Parts: sequence; C-alpha cells; structure tokens
Amino acid sequence: MPAFDTGFAYPYRVAMPNLKRRHIILGTAGAVGVLVIGWSAAPQRRRLTTNKPLKVHQGQVALNGWVKVSADNTVTVMMSQVEMGQGAQTGLAMLLAEEMDADWAQVTLEQSTLDAIYNNQAMIIDGLPFQPNDQGLMKRASGHLLGKLIRQVPGLQGTGGSSSLTDQWMPLRQAGASARAMLIGAAAALWQVPAGECRAENGRVLHSSGKSAAFGELAQRAAQLPLPREVTLKTPAQFKMIGQPVRRIDGAAKLDGSATYGIDVLPPGLLYASISMCPTLGGKVAGFDAAAAQALPGVRKVVKLEPAKASSIMPGSTCGGIAVIADSPFHAMRALTRVAIEWDHGAAAALSSETISGELKAALDSKAGKVHFEAGHVTDALKSAAKTVDAEYRVPFLAHATMEPMNCTAQFKDGAATVWAPTQAAGFASGAVAQALGISASKVDIKVPYLGGGFGRRFLSDFIVQAALLARETQGAPVQLLWPREQDMAHDYYRPTYLCRCTAGFDANGKLTAWKTTSAGSSMGAPSFMDMSTDGASNTAYAFPNARVAHVTVESAVPVGIWRSVAHSQNGFFTESFIDECAAACGRDPVAFRSELLSADERHMRVLRRAAELANWQQPLGPAPDGAKQGRGIAIHRSFGSVVAQVAEVSVTEQKQIRVHRVICVVDCGVAVNPNLIRQQMEGAIVFGLSAALRGEISIEKGQVQQSNFNDYSPLRMNECPAIQVEIIPSEEVPSGVGEPGTPPIAPAVANALYALSGVRLRSLPLKLA
Amino acid sequence: MTTLNINGKSTMVDAEPDTPLLWVLRAELQLVGTKYGCGKGLCGACTVHLDGEAVRSCVTPLAAVQGREVRTIEGVQGQQIDALRRAWTQVDVVQCGYCQSGQLMSACALLKRVPKPSNEEIDAAMSGNLCRCGTYNRIRAAILLAAESAPRA
Repeated sequence: MPAFDTGFAYPYRVAMPNLKRRHIILGTAGAVGVLVIGWSAAPQRRRLTTNKPLKVHQGQVALNGWVKVSADNTVTVMMSQVEMGQGAQTGLAMLLAEEMDADWAQVTLEQSTLDAIYNNQAMIIDGLPFQPNDQGLMKRASGHLLGKLIRQVPGLQGTGGSSSLTDQWMPLRQAGASARAMLIGAAAALWQVPAGECRAENGRVLHSSGKSAAFGELAQRAAQLPLPREVTLKTPAQFKMIGQPVRRIDGAAKLDGSATYGIDVLPPGLLYASISMCPTLGGKVAGFDAAAAQALPGVRKVVKLEPAKASSIMPGSTCGGIAVIADSPFHAMRALTRVAIEWDHGAAAALSSETISGELKAALDSKAGKVHFEAGHVTDALKSAAKTVDAEYRVPFLAHATMEPMNCTAQFKDGAATVWAPTQAAGFASGAVAQALGISASKVDIKVPYLGGGFGRRFLSDFIVQAALLARETQGAPVQLLWPREQDMAHDYYRPTYLCRCTAGFDANGKLTAWKTTSAGSSMGAPSFMDMSTDGASNTAYAFPNARVAHVTVESAVPVGIWRSVAHSQNGFFTESFIDECAAACGRDPVAFRSELLSADERHMRVLRRAAELANWQQPLGPAPDGAKQGRGIAIHRSFGSVVAQVAEVSVTEQKQIRVHRVICVVDCGVAVNPNLIRQQMEGAIVFGLSAALRGEISIEKGQVQQSNFNDYSPLRMNECPAIQVEIIPSEEVPSGVGEPGTPPIAPAVANALYALSGVRLRSLPLKLA
Repeated sequence: MTTLNINGKSTMVDAEPDTPLLWVLRAELQLVGTKYGCGKGLCGACTVHLDGEAVRSCVTPLAAVQGREVRTIEGVQGQQIDALRRAWTQVDVVQCGYCQSGQLMSACALLKRVPKPSNEEIDAAMSGNLCRCGTYNRIRAAILLAAESAPRA
C-alpha cells in the first residue's frame, strides 16, 4: 500500500469554509413544506443538545446530543448521516472519538432522531446564490435570517452535496471535547483532585498519581455535571485519529453478508411487493385485469397506484402503476407478469431524445438566457477580438443505477407508520410518508439501513411513498416493495441532458479576452431563485477578463434529479473541454494556458501543478502497456469546496474503442480526516464518471426510456478499469466535499486526451470515435 | 417440499421448482447476504457457489440445485475466503458494500480453481461482477494479496 499523507500545519484554522455557490432545496419534514435556503454561522453550542433528551438504555447516559456512554464502556455516536459507501459514518465517528479520546474499538453508531441540531447546515450554505469567494454583507444578512429558521426546524438532515464532514466538523468535535471534559470532571470529583491533573486516553481518565477509571465507570457521574461552558479543541499535533487511514466502521459487516441494506429488512410477517409502472414517463394505469394473477399461489393483493408526489420538497411525481403483494418476492414478480395492464400513456407519448434535443437547440437559437455570471464587457470583447472560437457541447440523460435497486419496507398499524427506507433524506421521507398516509409526521418512524449506493437518487421519496401506500393494503402487515432493475432503470430521476454553446475571443497575441457560454436544459427540480444549472460554469476559478455565463431553462417530461456532482457533471465537461479547445486554438500547452488564467488562485495552482508533475507532463508520453500509442489530457474543477485535477492517459484500438489506461488524480479537500476514505472516493468517482463518459446514455423513444438493465446501460467493469493514482494535498482548511468532486474532471480529461492523441475534438458524451 | 444442501446443512424448502435460488435463499431461508441486482445474471451481486463453482443465483432455478452443495457468503468456508476477507480488510475494498458478497464469492471460486491467478485470469473471473462504487482496483489488489498469502498448492 502507498504511504498516506497526513500533513498539517499551524495555526489550525477552524473558520467556516469558503462559501460556495450551490443550491439545494430543503423543506420541513411536515406538511408545511417551507422552502428554505440560507446559512447562519450558528453558535455551535446550539448544536450540542437535542430538543428532546436522547433515549437511553439501562446503564447508559447521554453526555450531549451526539454521544452516549454505557456502563460497559461503549461510546455510542448519534449518527444523522447515512452510509451509502461514501464513508461518512466512519469519518464522522472519528471526529467525536478524537476529541473525546475514546477507544475506537468501543465506538458504535446509532441512528439519530430528527432534531434541528442534526440539520445539514453545510448543505444549505451551498444553496446561497453567491459567488464562491463572496463574503459580503448581503450574503451574511440573508444567511442570518434564514439561519434562525434552520436552527429550529427539525428534519433538514440530509446526506448529499458532499457535505457531511464539513457540516459536523465543529459540532462533533465540540461534542467529543465536551464529553471528555465532563468525564474528567467526574473523575476529579471522585478522586478529589484538580481536574487539571487528569487527562483522558483511549476510553479512560487517568490521574497523574496513576489512578484511572474507564469511561463507563464515570459516565453516570459525568452526566450529572453541567455542560462545560467552554471546551478546548485539540491542535493538529495532538490528533491521534484525524489524518489516519482508520478502517471503515462498516467494513467487517460488509464481508460476511451481515450488513443490513434496505432489501434485507425482514420484520416478522413480511409480505413482498413488486411493481410495474407505466413505461411512458408521466403515464398511469387506464385499466387492468388481475384475475389471472390473483389465481396464482401466494398472491395477496393487486393494487393500482396512482401517480404520487415523489418528494415532500421537490417537484415531480411517480408514474402510475400496478403492484402485486404476495407472500414471497418471486410470487409477487411472477404474478405481476400475469396482470393485463392498459396504460394511459399521457402527454409524453411523442417524446424522444431527438425532440428534446431539438427543443434545446431551438431555445439556444431564440433566447439569450438568464445571465448567471458576468464580468467585464463580453460583447465588446468579442467584437474586438482578433480571433474567435465557437463550439457546441452536449451531454445526455444519465441514470444512477445504484447496485441496490429502489426499495422500501413499510408497516402501517394503529395509525402509525414504521418505514425502513434506504434514503438520503430521512426528514423529507418522513414528511412524504405523512402526506401520503394523511397522518402527522410525528406518527412516522423512519429507520435507515445501509444504502447500496445513493449518488443522489435516494434524495427522492417516490419509492418510499409507494411502499407507504401499499402498507395501507395489508391490514397491518409489513410490506417490502422492491423495484425490479428494469423499473429502476426506466423510472429514475435522471441527470438531465444539456446543450451548451461556447464562444471565446482572443487578442492578436493569443491571449484569451472573452468567454461566453450559454447552456440549455432542465433546472433539475429547483425553483428559479435557486437555479443550480450553471454550477461549475458560473463560478469557475478562471480569471476571465470578460465573461458571460447564461442558461436557458428548458423542461421536458423526463423526470430529472441530482446525480453525483449535480450540474458540475455537465458543466465540468463543457468548461474543461472548451478551455482545452481554447488552448489548442492558440497553440498553447493546456497546463500553461490554464495556469495563466488560474495564477491568482493558489489552491487551484497547487493542485494543477502537482497533477502535471505526477503525470510527467513536460515529458513525452510513452506507449500504453500493450504498446498502443497514448495521448494524455488534463482537467481541473472545483466542486463542493474541493479542487480536483486529473490527468488521463488513453489510447484507441483499431476498432476505434477508447481505452483509458491510467488516471492521475490530485485533490485538495481541506483537512484529510481519513486519507484512505478520500482515496476510495476519488477512485470511485472516477470510475463512476468514466462509465458515463465512455458509455452512459439514457435515450427516450415514444416517451419511454430505452434502457432496461445492465446489458444496455453498462457501467465499467473490472477489465476496463484504469490504474488510478490519487494524491491528497495537505491542508488545514475545514474539510470540504469528497464524495462527488472526483467525478466532474474525468470526462473532459479523457476527451482532451483523445484530442491530444488524434486531433479529434469530441464534444458530445458519451465519447465515441466510431 | 425440496431438500437442499445449503451451507453444509440439509434444508427443507417449500417453493416451486422454477423459483430462482436467490429468492429461496433470501425470503425462505433469510440468507440475505446474497443480493438482488439485475435478475438476469448481468451484475453478479447474487453470486453463490454451486458445488464450489460461482453461479448467479438469480438465474438458477431451484430445480437445478437439488442434490448439489450450495454455499452462500454466510456459509462459505476455507483458507481462500479467510485470506480474501483479510485482504479485503487490509486493502479497504468496500464502499457501499452491496456487491461485495458477490465479489467475494467470485474471487473465492477463482482462488479455489487458480491459487495464483494472473491479471488476465482475474479479469476473466471478475468482470461479470459490477461495482457502482468503482472498487475494482482494490478488489484486484486484494485478490493478489490473498493469493500471495495462501499456502502454495
């Protein structure tokens, strides 16, 4: 294994991260459905104790809203963030264990309740429509007003936007330090010695005399003490865990089949449901005949599901469909094939990829778009340019295709619902279930098992609402709805297709003087005042003297949502491909050209330089291991607060197949809390982005998704996976995003490499030479 | 009733002969470590051992299993799986983990057949197992590490 870099420097800064422009809609869990944006640098102490006291077992006490200690020394971290592979639960538990000086072997996790202290404020901060480096009065004022609300409304906890570590960096460490101080206080009182003579280490409090007591022995006394008014957080030199490649807390259970995912929840008396939704997007059931199905063994009920709201906070609804409830999954699936369904195909029956593409083109032909960013005078600069370059870029719809298809288990009994939901947004899911069943959100108990992948898909509650509706039909028996893969593929909330027209102007010396891009596509479910469609384009770090970034919102009947890295996934491709095109147009080296435009941004420069160094950018690139001629391309992109540069080395077979041999990845994500998890995420995000870049495309004909399973929507397989080398830039900034930022640069890096290799500029994804 | 040999135990199952083994394991026997991913033998998440060989349980009917030995992630034993689990931990392979039961079962069948696999042999044995988290390079490294630690056959 490679060595892990853990470099820190003094002074250790705990200021809030650079504010970024990003938007996500958040609402309350309840029926009110308030839309909230904003941020306040909430006094962190307000995030120390929950509104209602934590529930405890016999012999267990809560020392604050984040940690409980048991007589047997178990330290239980209250976990609001879900685990979908991104490693957040491990990283978060490390923050608390570090400051508490807990014994990692005694640390365990418990799903938190819905409480305002767990609200994901960092995800919300991203929603403010300001430039990344804007720290101005307007931003602070609007943040302050909305921040008040965020501190009070429970249910705004969500796992997304690569925000978990950023958000809980302070609260969890303060909670750990506070618990440690109370345990030390308890020991000092017990031993009648000054607290200053005691310290904590590895789950015990030690006194200079040699006396010691385990946390479990002190917990009851500690819980009687008031919360410390001030706590001192460790300096980096004192860190024992933060910065170490600590093993995943969920690792062992995922090697012997004992980890419980959504589809593994088996409450007693469980019934199983399978579903067939209208293949035409937005359609519903016109009529059905269930007689043949009902005659089959094990079938309990055939249920017609009307289109239902997919989320308590985002627009869009499910397609109508038929579900069969049976005593086994196979009986449910088999019977479903015997239900004769007549579909009402709805308004989208004539929709196709081509018509949508035509609409995007027409929109760009006829509209200037809403300006999302403007600098200087781009029109004048283009007029006076010695040379201009134009290009049109395109990306397709993409599915999430999580390995675990959408599923949810629900029980509705005595007016209350228990829902086992693999969801990224338990608070919103709770609200959606309450709405669907017509009960109060307080009557909904959401339990979140492990998620077999999320990538943004599980922010929606469509499958959860369906399970809740089915649970009304089973006289109190729990029912597990599992979408067949074909349904998962055909009824996703897709990364939208976008078209982007780019123009650049240069002076006589080949200096870039104007940058203009106009994109067209869906707003991804956000209302206009929170439009995230140009994220990664309107807030690029390039210092363009004159620039305009505009967007035309064009909606279609295709449901869209957030897909790993959201709009950065398309805008990273547009921006980083076109900047490469600009470099080539003036005969400049791609790294040197970018450096000129990034020279004022130290962080970007460090990442870019290091990636170029690791790739031996100044040296000619040799052949691939199989002897094929290679080309290399670079891309750099900031998203979710982190800067990532990647260099891809590619070759092309005689059959014009693109092969990616090696990817170098350099990331600056602030403090590297767990370098190994960061590497995992970079590797995974690259494979995810490469699957899309080389093959990913959801196409629509007659209003229906044409892909159905992994034969026609085929992610990368092991034999196609490039070697990946990841380096983490040492940093003392607050941890920023890790789960998503590795995805945006890979598609442009590969496209740029293909240009370097062949002189062919591919402007449409997936990349195809043949 | 069908009598099956699951994880070394004789087990009675009440299911139709065309029921895919996957659903018998998961719903009848509550052995949920074996996952559903595609239902078509395309992703490998449901991989189990049938007489020591890796098969996709989602496309293996119950009728084809009678009289043969089925091992799942819960009941697979031997030096290969032990070495693989150690290596998986050392290399920190898992992310979401959903596909990993199938990955381990495929890798275990490979090592039983080929104790020191080449990269090409690993590709051939493992490319039927999808991983959306993209853990492929670590899986390969872990298989090579496990093969190294195994006693020479």
